[in-house]
Amino acid sequence: MLSNWLYIGIFMVVALFLPAAAIFIAGLLAPKKANSIKNSTYECGIETVGASWIQFKAQYYVFALVFLVFDVETVFLFPWAVAYNQMTLFGVLEAIVFILILLGGLVYAWRKGALEWH
Amino acid sequence: MTFWSDPDGFLANWLIHLLAGIGIPAGIAQAIGYALGAAVLSTGALLFVLFLIWLERKMIGRVQDRLGPNRLGPWGIFQSIADMLKIFTKEYITPDGADKVPYNLSPILTVGAVIMVWAVVPLAITVYGVDLNVGLLYIIAVGSLGEMGILMAGWGSNNKYALLGAFRAAAQLISYEVPMVLSLLIPVMLSGSLNMNKIVQHQDIWYVLFAPLAAFIFFITSIAEVGRAPFDLTEAESELVAGFNIEYSGLKFGMFYVADFLHSFTISLLVSVVFLGGWRGPGAEASPLLGFVYLILKTSLVNFIIIIERASLPRFRIDQMMDFTWKVLTPVMLILLVATALLEKTMAMAGLVPWMRSGILFILNIVLLFVADTVVRGHLARRPRPDVRGKERPVARPENYFSQPGSGV
Amino acid sequence: MTSLQIIFLVVAALTLVSACLVVMTRRIMHAALWLVLSLMGVAMVYATLQSGFFAVVQVLVYIGAISTLIIFAVMMTRNVMEDVGPQSNRGWGLALVGSAVLFGGICGVLLTWNGMQTALIEIPAVNGENIQMLGLSLVDPMGFLIPFEVASVLLLAAMVAAIFLTGDIKRSRS
Repeated sequence: MLSNWLYIGIFMVVALFLPAAAIFIAGLLAPKKANSIKNSTYECGIETVGASWIQFKAQYYVFALVFLVFDVETVFLFPWAVAYNQMTLFGVLEAIVFILILLGGLVYAWRKGALEWH
Repeated sequence: MTFWSDPDGFLANWLIHLLAGIGIPAGIAQAIGYALGAAVLSTGALLFVLFLIWLERKMIGRVQDRLGPNRLGPWGIFQSIADMLKIFTKEYITPDGADKVPYNLSPILTVGAVIMVWAVVPLAITVYGVDLNVGLLYIIAVGSLGEMGILMAGWGSNNKYALLGAFRAAAQLISYEVPMVLSLLIPVMLSGSLNMNKIVQHQDIWYVLFAPLAAFIFFITSIAEVGRAPFDLTEAESELVAGFNIEYSGLKFGMFYVADFLHSFTISLLVSVVFLGGWRGPGAEASPLLGFVYLILKTSLVNFIIIIERASLPRFRIDQMMDFTWKVLTPVMLILLVATALLEKTMAMAGLVPWMRSGILFILNIVLLFVADTVVRGHLARRPRPDVRGKERPVARPENYFSQPGSGV
Repeated sequence: MTSLQIIFLVVAALTLVSACLVVMTRRIMHAALWLVLSLMGVAMVYATLQSGFFAVVQVLVYIGAISTLIIFAVMMTRNVMEDVGPQSNRGWGLALVGSAVLFGGICGVLLTWNGMQTALIEIPAVNGENIQMLGLSLVDPMGFLIPFEVASVLLLAAMVAAIFLTGDIKRSRS
């Protein structure tokens, strides 16, 4: 069991090392002729106005929050789904109540217009 | 144990014996074996991308009535290798004011996150990276690392287009992850395991026959997770120039390109493993090689559909795209989940045999698809449309030109 | 020292160093990215404890959802890059002493506790799947049925509250 996670760890290191090595080797082969025009921020030929790190609207935040709620919900549902075959009808109904409460949340978000992209 | 019945175990055994012969203890030998296996699998996946790029260019060319690459080698098959050699010698242009560490880490993380999925995918009966008992959740979790890579690219580039593209991409990824994860609950329910090997071994009847709608929704949302047409808003040339990777050049850009193609093949692989029976097929239990061939055939079929669909469908608008996942896919998937859970439990208690259960669930899925389609169509038909008739619209008349013709500007 | 202990020490150091950098860095976006690394370290600690489900859930929820949420929240603030104010207030010495005493106290209590010396027993598994046990206990009336349903209501409340608050922002702007 632990050796499984050791393998995942080794795999992670290898999976990150390969692209890093490729980028490094290409960096050795590539020419390096930087100049200030070339390095300027690309904005279709127009000079950048103001800072690039602009302020975003709350819209993104709402979507992330609704996503977070559903993500946590599925984390609860995965163990339930694994145990599904061992379960009585009562257990299934419990999970359905769980899902329906959250479906209510989705309907609320929908009615309040939180799911509209402006 | 021979090579043909268990290639994975055979090679591992051979390696451990070889290393023990030169005095390396078994524990370290095993770790070396793991590292070699991981290196072979990931290098194989990365080199396979060369073929995928050629294939996609060729096929899109055919769809658009062109020849596609046809100069280098038979049918232009070596074109990708030439492209790879070229991109290795291209200069890296780092924009002024870039946040160096996230900027440089992002392409590595994006490719790494895609490769890491391959660690748990069973390629044949005994051939897999690792037999992880939470394999399916691992795949979803690794996907969220890729999302971090995109956000880091957008942040590090010091470019408004990149930042906007990255944030839109992140919003798209998290929104489509909801129905995707919900659709994966159904195979987990049917097989009673999160282990990829057990999910494959449990598919005496392919899960696409138990839950065609869930398979379809998983397919759609996976395409959105990759950011391919029709969900390629993140690289919308006309509005965001190229999305989050606009400031990347040379192999750093190439890495995003590689990640894109490899990811599209990986989702084809996942669709085949989770819904199309993986390596299952006649005679596949006895011969891993045959199972591998079956898996590649199924995966190629799904990948073919993805490419054809990329060539045929126009791009969504961002509000349409968000509406599609939150107001269509998520509710449909929740209802399907509830209905499947109830029906399957009732049928299991009534003692129906698997093929009858799959038939009834198939009908349920089709009915639900039809109802959802009717509701959405009805809603779209009732929606008020902006009236553009009779309005003055800008036309390219000479007096509207910024510079008069003949003035030399 | 076994190799597992070495791995644990490396992972723990990674987690703690990046957690410190979360509060020490000046750019708020960098703080968010260090937080991601710190949370990843926690996931690795779960993996060394052979608790695969929690390792994966840690990545899925904390990196996939909560970090994204935090980064979106960071981008809602102004002056993302140029924070020039002091990084600590006058009471930092007192806080240092307080937290050191608290840490020492917790260590002392834990070291005298019997559980520190006994090895953990493995959770009994059904067909080699201890996630199945978790799933069964979630819907067991004698187990965690009430917390399971209350969690659903809690999630609903969180969603309603968030939508209510941001809805207010929208109204006040227009």
